Amino acid sequence: MSRSTANILDRPLGGRGARSEGSVSTSAFAYLYSELVQYHQSRVASISELERRLESSGYGVGLKVLELLAYRAREYKRETRLMNILQFVSSAVWKSLFGKAADSLERSIDHADEFMIVDYEPITSMYVSVPSDLGQLSVDAYLSGIIAGVLDGAGFTARVTAHSVTLEEHEVSANNAPNTNMGGSGSVNNNLPPRKDKAVFLVKFAPEVLERDATLDR
Amino acid sequence: VTLSPTMASSQLLLFVIVGKNEPLYEAEFHKMGGTSSGTSDSVTRQNYFVLHSALDLVDKASWTTNNMYLKVVDKINHQQVSTFLTAGNIKFMLLHGGKTEDSIKNFFNEVYELYVKLSMNPFYKYDTPITSKFFDTRVRAVARRYLS
Repeated sequence: MSRSTANILDRPLGGRGARSEGSVSTSAFAYLYSELVQYHQSRVASISELERRLESSGYGVGLKVLELLAYRAREYKRETRLMNILQFVSSAVWKSLFGKAADSLERSIDHADEFMIVDYEPITSMYVSVPSDLGQLSVDAYLSGIIAGVLDGAGFTARVTAHSVTLEEHEVSANNAPNTNMGGSGSVNNNLPPRKDKAVFLVKFAPEVLERDATLDR
Repeated sequence: VTLSPTMASSQLLLFVIVGKNEPLYEAEFHKMGGTSSGTSDSVTRQNYFVLHSALDLVDKASWTTNNMYLKVVDKINHQQVSTFLTAGNIKFMLLHGGKTEDSIKNFFNEVYELYVKLSMNPFYKYDTPITSKFFDTRVRAVARRYLS
């Protein structure tokens, strides 16, 4: 097996005009992720600790994705506004990691500092079934770690948590129609029973972030 | 403490990468064949002081624009501090004696590319000191190309 041993500082980074940045098969990811979850599962004593470990595994990914995507965009710009960084996460980051933008970005009515990013088919939980004794566990905590990493790196400290929310009637039929386009994840015929829930990532920003963003409005 | 503008100040360049809490990388560049035989300790300390005191100004400026390149952020005597901010808010700061904007921008862009590549290393933790010798060699080569 020949592999180039060029220093990382010499390897190309991709960007405008580069050849396709490469993608990884869903099954490779699913295997690796399942091992990651099992590794942590055998070392923790509680559900929240497991979720915390998954979050910190994803955090580093978020930081790197932030720098890489900003660089590849070649615009030498950074996000300074709250809505813009959220748009960046739900479209650019999602597209780069999963092949399609997040299904929706919503703002909480009750709390001014809370936002929700919704994904109907997050790959981290596609091949995972949670037994009832693990109750509220969401293995998508890895993805909330990624989101938190991107936001934190950009200066928008936030607490991000993953929740599995049962699909409502109209959502179930819309997403499980036979020829639904699954975008970059590719596998339309995965022979799995249709999902009954969606992943909602709740993003709660620190108060200083909202204050700062409010002063920039003036 | 008076900052004495020595002959060396226009030929000395101090480049520092600053994270959220501490400097992550430092390099001094001397013009070849400069009159001073290396900077004295007190000049070096003054330079670091000048650079670090500009950090507040960088923080203020960073939220007013979404450009990464912040141009000159502070001027002290004959020296200027130029700054570049990455998407992850890592600050590249250069203390110089009045180089052209273009050469500084090119310098920052090349170092930015090196920094992003370094960040892709799964063993490099964000916001920690950069210890890679390759990185150091590369940054110095970029400095020689654009800043001398």
